[in-house]
Amino acid sequence: MHLHRYEKIWLSFGILSLILFLTIIGINAFGQNHTPAGGMMTIDPKKVDQTPPFDHPGVVKLDDNRYQVAIVGMAFGYKPSQIRVPAGKEIIFKVTSADVTHSFTIIHTKVNMMAVPGQINTKSYTFQKPGKYLILCNEYCGSGHQFMQTEIEVYQP
Amino acid sequence: MIHKNERRLALSYINVAYFAFLIGTFCGLMQVFIRNNALKLPAWLDYYQILTVHGVLLALIFTTYFIFAFFITGVSKTLGDFGPKVRSVSWLGFYVMTIGTVMATVMIISGKASVLYTFYAPLKASGWYYVGLALFIIGTWIAGFAILGHYASWKRRNKGVLSPLFAFMTVSTIILWIIACLGVVATVVFQFIPWAFGWTETINVELSRTLFWYFGHPLVYFWLLPAYMAWYTVVPKIIGGKVFSDSLARLAFVLFILFSIPVGFHHQMVEPGIPAFWKFLQTCLTFMVIIPSLMTAFSMFATFETAGRQKGGKGLFGWFTKLPWKDIRFTSIFIAMVFFIPGGAGGIINASFQLDEVVHNTLWIVGHFHITVGTPVAMTFMGLTFWLVPYLTGRKFTNSLKKLAFIQIITWAIGMLLMSTSQHILGLMGAPRRTSYAGYNGKKTALEWFNGIVANHVTMAIGGSILFLSAMLLIYIVAMSMFVSPKALDREDQVEFPLAESDQSGTPRFLENWWIWIGISFALIFVAYTIPIMHMIEHAPPGSIGYKTW
Repeated sequence: MHLHRYEKIWLSFGILSLILFLTIIGINAFGQNHTPAGGMMTIDPKKVDQTPPFDHPGVVKLDDNRYQVAIVGMAFGYKPSQIRVPAGKEIIFKVTSADVTHSFTIIHTKVNMMAVPGQINTKSYTFQKPGKYLILCNEYCGSGHQFMQTEIEVYQP
Repeated sequence: MIHKNERRLALSYINVAYFAFLIGTFCGLMQVFIRNNALKLPAWLDYYQILTVHGVLLALIFTTYFIFAFFITGVSKTLGDFGPKVRSVSWLGFYVMTIGTVMATVMIISGKASVLYTFYAPLKASGWYYVGLALFIIGTWIAGFAILGHYASWKRRNKGVLSPLFAFMTVSTIILWIIACLGVVATVVFQFIPWAFGWTETINVELSRTLFWYFGHPLVYFWLLPAYMAWYTVVPKIIGGKVFSDSLARLAFVLFILFSIPVGFHHQMVEPGIPAFWKFLQTCLTFMVIIPSLMTAFSMFATFETAGRQKGGKGLFGWFTKLPWKDIRFTSIFIAMVFFIPGGAGGIINASFQLDEVVHNTLWIVGHFHITVGTPVAMTFMGLTFWLVPYLTGRKFTNSLKKLAFIQIITWAIGMLLMSTSQHILGLMGAPRRTSYAGYNGKKTALEWFNGIVANHVTMAIGGSILFLSAMLLIYIVAMSMFVSPKALDREDQVEFPLAESDQSGTPRFLENWWIWIGISFALIFVAYTIPIMHMIEHAPPGSIGYKTW
């Protein structure tokens, strides 16, 4: 198969760029532990309100530097309706759904998680600035999808 | 001129395609005004119903029907008339597809299937919606097998000869489509239909999502490859050149068969149930698909430059001015290609593992969709329509239609540019996709999405309105060249099927040994999917019952 010289240059440049991009992504993910939201825990979607930590959704202090927030997504809102967490501490979000697929997305942050029934999603995030952040559902979940929202208040500890 | 029966077949496909296009674009227009809070729907009609119609009719029906019309015409032209068996199987495929389409559309319009074209479980539509979708896919398989049968009989009659480039590319695309559909057929037939009719109580949600996206991403390549076929085989002829390299064109298509399917996890980056390693592996495989696209970009510009220089273009860019800019068949496709540059770059961003968290399910994705499928693909199809319909009907492509075609293409480009740019920006600002109008209680963050000059819903609405006018112009052009334009009686008035010469002398034979590529493709799918899917089945949570939340 004949390859034109310029085409060889173009494809080598392209393929090397792809390798470079993937290496950066890979090191960032597995070397520096920056993987997207995920998790392998499952839950009975009919018994969400009886299964810890979702039987008492809300903020729990794990230790001086870590807080866990359990959230249940449902048509068309979130439990709990009020969330307050400190800035500068690691916040571990645990999210599931009590009915259809939703998302838990905190605008202007990297917290953008799917809430899939039967699964528990996890994402760790540290808020740098105090303030109120808008949370909404960005996965279509029914006729009230556009009303599904809440707020998270980040305070200065 | 191809055989009368193939002409009737192709025209039937085009008619359904543009009927779907008409309704689909009208729904698009309504959406921008509802999102903008300028339009209130009557109680019996819901935003998400319209959104479902828009998605299904444009993304699935318009594209697939047009693609089959293009395949049938090109294959009949390059491999000869269809035999009686191929002919009747083709018609059977057309009818099965159309019955499925009508069933699904009726279910959506009657409000029983507002589940969007991704139909994520456990949203539960009427079982007949899923049956309609299944029939549609089965219809495409029947129509696809008819073309494969025609190709096989040509191969039998021409032992040891490489098939024409157009036929090779058609076969590659159909193979890709059949393998890709296995996922959606599995989830619809074994999961959705029994559950929707109540034969099973619950559904394994994560498995259904994975099987859907196994199909959902290659679906994008099923749209894109016919556009690439036009770029490789039609464009060189229009600009007075030849196919740049027959073997590289074939290699690019083979690479698409291999790498477009084992990549579905990059749509599931931020969901649980799939270990990070497997998501990353599919990110890497997704990046492999960029290579044939880079090859295509090189071939295109090499063809342009070669043809331009032959016509006397001097200097570094002199050849550029020698291209046939006044020929709408060329200009439409050129603009389509230009849109694919930011479109492809956006695709790399979406697939980049962590970067997906920034854009996942925001309006950015909607913008991306519109500058990939809505422009490079759809606009290439429009460029083909201008000559394909007159070619099939034997009518003239009159001068006034040519002028209208220019206006149509330019307005489509402007509309898409405005709308998709504002969607990309709004997405980066966090605005979600697939939402009806909501002010989010006047939250400051949300107000930013509605105010401002560039990044607001006003730009999106202006873009959307221009797009709708452009779409209506296209419908007019199609109707004129379908039914009204005068018959081309003289030879010079007859519209040709522009197909470039392709030099096969340097093409290695193994490129047409399909079993190698199908084998490697299955091996890659096996590597990318077996362990995660086994885990999803063995460690499945109790299933979900269905919900009708609309």
